[in-house]
Amino acid sequence: MLSPTAKAAPRPAPKPAAERTRSFVEAVREATEQEMARDENVVLYGLDVDDPKAIQGTTLGLPAKFGAERVFGTPLSEDAMTGAAIGMALAGLRPIHVHIRMDFLLLAVNQLLNVAAKSRYMYGGRVNVPMVVRAMIGKSWGQGAQHSQGLHSFFMHVPGIKVVAPSTPYDAKGTLAAAVRDDNPVLYVEHRLLHFQKGPVPAESYTVQPGKARITVPGSDVTVVGISYMQVEALRAAKYLADVGVKAEVIDPIWLNPLDTDTIAESVARTGRLLVVDTAWTNCGAAAEIVSRVGEKLQGEVPFRFQRMGFAPTTCPTTPTLEDAFYPNARTIAAAARDLVEGRKTGWLPAERADLQSIEFKGPF
Amino acid sequence: MHARLYRSLYRIRRVEEEIARVYASDKIKSPVHLSIGQEAVSVGVCDALRPDDVVFGTYRGHAMYLAKGGDMAAMVAELYGKVGGCTRGKGGSMHLIDTECGVMGTSAVVGTTIANAAGYAYAMKVRRSDAVVASFFGDGATEEGVFAETLNFAVLKKLPVLFVCENNGFAIHTAQAKRQGLTDICARARAYGMPAERIDGNDVLTLRDRAEAAIERMRGGEGPQFIEATTYRWREHVGPGQDFHLGYREQADCDAAQARDAVRAIAEMLDPKERALIESAVELEVREAFQFAEASAFPTTDDLMTDIFTEEADALANR
Repeated sequence: MLSPTAKAAPRPAPKPAAERTRSFVEAVREATEQEMARDENVVLYGLDVDDPKAIQGTTLGLPAKFGAERVFGTPLSEDAMTGAAIGMALAGLRPIHVHIRMDFLLLAVNQLLNVAAKSRYMYGGRVNVPMVVRAMIGKSWGQGAQHSQGLHSFFMHVPGIKVVAPSTPYDAKGTLAAAVRDDNPVLYVEHRLLHFQKGPVPAESYTVQPGKARITVPGSDVTVVGISYMQVEALRAAKYLADVGVKAEVIDPIWLNPLDTDTIAESVARTGRLLVVDTAWTNCGAAAEIVSRVGEKLQGEVPFRFQRMGFAPTTCPTTPTLEDAFYPNARTIAAAARDLVEGRKTGWLPAERADLQSIEFKGPF
Repeated sequence: MHARLYRSLYRIRRVEEEIARVYASDKIKSPVHLSIGQEAVSVGVCDALRPDDVVFGTYRGHAMYLAKGGDMAAMVAELYGKVGGCTRGKGGSMHLIDTECGVMGTSAVVGTTIANAAGYAYAMKVRRSDAVVASFFGDGATEEGVFAETLNFAVLKKLPVLFVCENNGFAIHTAQAKRQGLTDICARARAYGMPAERIDGNDVLTLRDRAEAAIERMRGGEGPQFIEATTYRWREHVGPGQDFHLGYREQADCDAAQARDAVRAIAEMLDPKERALIESAVELEVREAFQFAEASAFPTTDDLMTDIFTEEADALANR
């Protein structure tokens, strides 16, 4: 049910590409640098953060600027290094722990979910665990079974840890700053392909706080929620849909926990159709959660059709022919959205437009 | 010093005996893993620590919590599930904390806090503090991956962590020799590059001495130190009773451990009058702790959804 008092005004779009354009990578680096300069308690570490490749450039120059005590590469010990982050946080530091693939988080789950997420509660509010875990989802060029997983819903499932998945350089900078200043543990999901995105990024420090989703394209026929990299594909899908006269409203949830259900539900109340596209599996996933929450709000008041899209329910393959079929893309998203609008399987799949092709990662890693 | 050690030992022994006695009444709403028989390990090490040093421990944590100065009444109230408990009834016996005196947490997942201790020590080092961290864990924890990972990291960064392996010979009901190809835990610690010493955990004076020396080395920047303290759990793994009927260990081993009971050994070194004074003060503290727990209220259901996150985030999450 839509409660008028709980209505969230959608987040306004960032200032149009004004003076300053930066890449997602530069945005992450800039947020880290500004937060480290702002607060001497912020430390940055993880496998290879101080190596020459500097985590795709997101940590470039930071070891020299802040010293080896505040920026350091670690042993290959995800479990202990996550536990160490908790200890540092209990002592008042604000660690940022970087994982070059989200798959590696499975080595750290005990500390993240049994300790970090639970400490404030199980210690009766006597401690906080302010820590940020950056985890990258890989895609394309044969990343394969163990370099491609989107596991954010695991962390959305357990109370006590926030989850954020920015898709633009603007939000990458603002949510990382917000995450570092947050007194709670935050999982910061970044998609490897988003690293190539460019967009407006103000030079000054700012935060994009939890609580508000962003309507990235207004429309009236179908609500398309795109999570992380699938936001990029959803924006392209909206263009394919426009070609056939379908007005898609595209929403970027930005923060997955806490999730701004109100903005999405309000949109669905107008469009009557909801398509949620995740860069993860659909089973028990973020898309399922979003659909359920909207359903709980709207049932009995607004009838709506819905669909989830995500990884094919199988292991990610490496060969391009299979890999292409594993992921949703702008065209399959557009097709699913149009089917929702028409209320039937139309069999329509837009012809690929050269200007809407995916920028795939060309490797090597 | 003997009087101080005795007070600490007797305090732990008596409150746990009382917990075991009260347990049958079902007033205690928490699984209890009693330290009875193992008190000297916590007492010997914690007596050598300063108030601003911190400790991390295990679900068998009553002894460490009390030895580091934890509030007894808050602990008993926690076992009762009362709002006066050290975690306001939300953590129970396995998640004791008293940040005022450096008890920074205990975990129900074996080995977990070893890494937390190292992280805390890293922060101390970054801050140029000479405070140190003691990490208490059992022999079972040395089989966990986090043990190996943490020892390596602690040596690499020369962290001021005193690793204290409280070896009672059993992980629940399984003997160490059935779980470890190399039962020499100190040899494994040394292999990572830190000094390690095996000490009789009933010998509280030697233990205190050796812990003090190790802590001095850490304050001097020599990096992590390792103590394996051999000890024996008199009661069952969890619960107030005994478990020799299960057949996994022998009553004779317990008899031998009891013959070397640290509580009695230190008591016998004291002047009887001094001993009586300590005992009567502790008896009063124990009595008052249980009275406090009895009188404290249960939390209301409003508390179910607080402290998941910090306050403003709880409000947003529960919206």
